Amino acid sequence: MSFPWANHYTPKAPLMQWIDERLPLPRLVYNAVGAGYPVPRNLNYFWNFGVLSGLALMIQIVTGIVMAMHYGANELVAFGTVEHVMRDVNGGWLMRYAHANGASFFFIVVYLHIFRGLYYSSYKAPREMVWLLGLIIFLLMMATAFMGYVLPWGQMSYWGAKVITGLFGAIPVVGEPIQTWLLGGFAPGNAALNRFFSLHYLLPFVIAGVIILHIWALHIPGSSNPTGVEVKGPQDTVPFHPYYTAKDGFGAGIFFILFAIAVYFGPNFLGHPDNYIEANPLSTPAHIVPEWYFWPFYAILRAFTFDFFFIPAKLLGVLAMFASILLLFFLPWLDTSPVRSGNYRPLFRKFFWILVLDVLVLGYCGGAPAEEPFVMISQVAAAYYFAHFLIILPLIAAFEKPLPLPGSITEAVLAKHGEAAE
Amino acid sequence: MATLENTADQAISADGGGVRRRDFINIAAVSFAGVGGVVAVLPLVNQMNPSADVLAMASTEVDLSGIKPGQAIKTTYRSQPLFVRHLTPEEIAKADAADVASLRDPQTLDQRTIAGKKEWLVTMGVCTHLGCVPLGAGEGENKGEFGGYFCPCHGSHYDTAGRIRKGPAPKNLEVPPVTFTSDTAILVG
Repeated sequence: MSFPWANHYTPKAPLMQWIDERLPLPRLVYNAVGAGYPVPRNLNYFWNFGVLSGLALMIQIVTGIVMAMHYGANELVAFGTVEHVMRDVNGGWLMRYAHANGASFFFIVVYLHIFRGLYYSSYKAPREMVWLLGLIIFLLMMATAFMGYVLPWGQMSYWGAKVITGLFGAIPVVGEPIQTWLLGGFAPGNAALNRFFSLHYLLPFVIAGVIILHIWALHIPGSSNPTGVEVKGPQDTVPFHPYYTAKDGFGAGIFFILFAIAVYFGPNFLGHPDNYIEANPLSTPAHIVPEWYFWPFYAILRAFTFDFFFIPAKLLGVLAMFASILLLFFLPWLDTSPVRSGNYRPLFRKFFWILVLDVLVLGYCGGAPAEEPFVMISQVAAAYYFAHFLIILPLIAAFEKPLPLPGSITEAVLAKHGEAAE
Repeated sequence: MATLENTADQAISADGGGVRRRDFINIAAVSFAGVGGVVAVLPLVNQMNPSADVLAMASTEVDLSGIKPGQAIKTTYRSQPLFVRHLTPEEIAKADAADVASLRDPQTLDQRTIAGKKEWLVTMGVCTHLGCVPLGAGEGENKGEFGGYFCPCHGSHYDTAGRIRKGPAPKNLEVPPVTFTSDTAILVG
């Protein structure tokens, strides 16, 4: 529900009125992403990434549906049909490069969206549900991306599938039956390829559904803003359309320029050459790595090289990797500071940037070979990652003295404007 | 049963709490539908288990007659690499000489082979670390520091009994179930 001063939908064209009276869909769109949704007037460009994530999902769905018209999910032909898309299908190379790089760009904008949420503490009350639904979208994205990467049936596809499903095999007692059940065999094969294709086609639409819930939950309290101070009156907001449709449109333009550069000038820059070799169960690539967007989690997985009490190292790594994401579900209750924005939290801000650095280091180690010094660095970085959320954040909330908050969004905007004029 | 007495009870319990006939019907109906729902889901979950044709391929026969001492072959068992190795007397002696108690995954060569057929070492060709295929079965491949197998991914060394001796792998190479169908043929699985 929106603020009382939100614009009301009044259909202008008779056709729209006719539709609105029978199915208030135009009204729904107007109130969700039109002039009927009042938004804080001070959003910066970091608030573009939600819309850009939705855009990236649309690119994936469109290019994916098109490619599915030419792909065969069978271990005998899968690799060949992907090459068929690349060489024979009209414009197929463009569809596939857009899809492969689109996945990377999807993760880039989502990671920026998540770190925006972390810096401005967008997860805090009353927006916990927005954060939780966002994490569910993130998990679904990871599952979708992993299964999509298996479909070309190259060496990295095959061995990636083997290593990732092998993670479940580390669970005591039930692990191996689960692994066999997931794969439909004892190693990745036709059964696995087929079900991954089926689910890879399904999950994006599930993601789209959860995105609708994510936006719905957001629109109950309304968007957060860089000051973290709640909206107090009509002077604090502007209508979503045209103000933020224009701002998001500008962001989308920049996004498309960078996307086009990647697709046309470096389509394989983020890929792995081993995936242009057909899957071979009898020969392992020397260096198995997942796609770059999984590297931080892969580093946490591999950081555990020692047994702890009776828990074997392999299982510890698996538990830590899943815990690193599940931990984020508790974040709204771990960070107890009443101040949202990092702009007014000097100590929090420093540790936020250390966390960013930490995740980048983990990412680098995840892509590097599993040897020293990377193993040791991953161990330290993984330990810090958990310490940040479990120890540092609650401590900062207890001891930090935040800077004085502005009285309202408008006050903050005018103060900033005044400074700029002087 | 809707006798007169029961109806009277019902009227009393309707204001005074307690279990009403309608509550019972409600719970019974929802439980019945719930159990039915779960039963209907079972085949949907079970269809993901290995199908009959996959299971039919779940055993492998290997002809040993062509494998000379010191040689090994790579084949597949359950669509994963399988190493069948004909050990030389020196290799057997080397495996027996190792101090079992000091091993990461203590096992003797006898425990890993069939009695009386100690020269036939049959193991999975799957490194127990992250599932790579170790080298050492093919002619001229790196056999590692202990003369068995060497995994190039993260440097695990296995000895001539396929036991982990050095590197990150936690376990010995897995030994699948093996039966000799004749002197020169085995059935794996």
